[in-house]
Amino acid sequence: MNHKRLTLFAGHYGSGKTNIAVNYALHLAGEGKPVVIADLDIVNPYFRTKDSAAVLEKAGVALISPQYANSNVDLPALPAESYRLVQDKSIYGIMDIGGDDRGAYALGRYVPAIKEENNYRMVFVANASRPLTRTPEEALEVMREIEAACGLRFTDIINNTNLASETTAQTVLDSLPYIEELSRLSGLPIFATTAVTAVAEMLEGKIPEVLPLQLQEKYFDLPSQKPMSRPLWG
Amino acid sequence: MAQRVLMKGNEAIAEAAIRAGCRHYFGYPITPQTEIAAYMAKKMPKIGGVFLQAESEIASINMVYGAAATGCRVMTSSSSPGISLKSEGLSYIAGSDIPALVVNVQRGGPGLGGIQPSQSDYFQATKGGGHGDYRMIVLAPASVQEMASLTIKGFNLADKYLMTSMILADGTIGQMMEPISFEEAEVETYEKPWALTGTEGKRKHNIVNSLYLQPDALEKKNFERYERYKIVEENEPMWEEYMMEDAEICVVAFGIASRVAKNAVVAARNEGIKVGLIRPITLWPFPKKALRAAADKCKSFISVELSMGQMIEDIQLATECLRPVTLCNRAGGMIPSPDQVLESIRKAQKGE
Repeated sequence: MNHKRLTLFAGHYGSGKTNIAVNYALHLAGEGKPVVIADLDIVNPYFRTKDSAAVLEKAGVALISPQYANSNVDLPALPAESYRLVQDKSIYGIMDIGGDDRGAYALGRYVPAIKEENNYRMVFVANASRPLTRTPEEALEVMREIEAACGLRFTDIINNTNLASETTAQTVLDSLPYIEELSRLSGLPIFATTAVTAVAEMLEGKIPEVLPLQLQEKYFDLPSQKPMSRPLWG
Repeated sequence: MAQRVLMKGNEAIAEAAIRAGCRHYFGYPITPQTEIAAYMAKKMPKIGGVFLQAESEIASINMVYGAAATGCRVMTSSSSPGISLKSEGLSYIAGSDIPALVVNVQRGGPGLGGIQPSQSDYFQATKGGGHGDYRMIVLAPASVQEMASLTIKGFNLADKYLMTSMILADGTIGQMMEPISFEEAEVETYEKPWALTGTEGKRKHNIVNSLYLQPDALEKKNFERYERYKIVEENEPMWEEYMMEDAEICVVAFGIASRVAKNAVVAARNEGIKVGLIRPITLWPFPKKALRAAADKCKSFISVELSMGQMIEDIQLATECLRPVTLCNRAGGMIPSPDQVLESIRKAQKGE
């Protein structure tokens, strides 16, 4: 996996951007790189990058999060500090962009600087199990809406097809025709395929570039549906 | 088995409503239920339905009132402060005896409160909210799958009993994602001879109204309505029992609180404590018989709620105050941890 200085994750809401952004940040930090992750989500009130603050801190990843994330203030405001990602060329920056085109408007603010530096990867997060992006054509429609909203074109696709606690290797393997068709329609390469650690192990050698994901244990997980990977934090 | 999809709770409600035959959605945005409106906005134009963002919650509930009078399946959704605004319309709909589906994805209150999850609209949902003598069928989903299945059930019950069905969820269930499937939806259809569909000059016109000029006529209508409510109370209570076979302590929790409580029940069982859970699925009609039966074999009850203690009163009524009921709660958008519930169970075990 080669890395650009800036990596942006965007996609349909609920496609898994935040989980991937956090895990990718940990992956880069594991290679000894200085990493800063910014939560640019101005849409979602719950389940934010900030939920992973402890594990990110432990791994030495700096987190920039909206001042009001996880509070009762439903205000689409971004911190001035987030500009560090485009200005400080000594760090690897990861941006977690909010859901859909409405979330992507926020990114527009940084696009001139991102284009000027031209050392970025903008990744479309695709999950074939999500109801509004069940076909490659529907996913492409969301892709184009996001690009129109933020003024930046995607460069890569990441296959994040999963069914949460029910994900098996077969779930991921079944999604390959979908993701290959999306790649063909958009003309973009498949940057990686994600899977929770236990499933990722089963996929080794069957799919190129598997990014294993550690999932967060949540208070509302039922006794029967604890994440299959060992939780990094809980 | 039908194909599995990964959905947010809010999306599941919207998709289920469409599958139940709902083609009319009127609403006004509010966190944390916005995905319902967003999903409807995307889907309705593609299937010949109506998505309309009204100028206010009051306008949207009155649009629901109007559409419901024509006999079509119609819904609105909101979160706590928005439901307060809709309460006048809910009373009018009840007074007109027509079916509708209303979703409340609750957030912390009172007042503008906050946007984090809560269950503090229990009283509002089960005891009225609007003015006058009336009831709503209140369904409390505890998973994304139930967000879907209870939405379909809600439409069926509304049509069957000419009432409003309310889905009483909370922010977490609205926002969280789980794999679900839409089995062949059990959509029931009912004749609606009362509906305003146009007489074409062939029949006497129908009237849908909640105004009665004579008090004795209004009284008669109220008594008739409560006869119907009695049938609902007799036939429609739904609940889940979990590890109740030999339970000496009974935890009662609905919705998101029941998921936390289940983890605590498992942990307490591992400590050798005989504890079980009753999860009301219908909050009105409340599963009184199940609670009353539990009072015969359990020594105490614990009500786990995301409120200052509202359902606890219905537990006390249903158990005829035969056993002590303690409260394990968080409020204002906070959620009890499994450890907090476990500690309450340990205390109950010691008779505290």
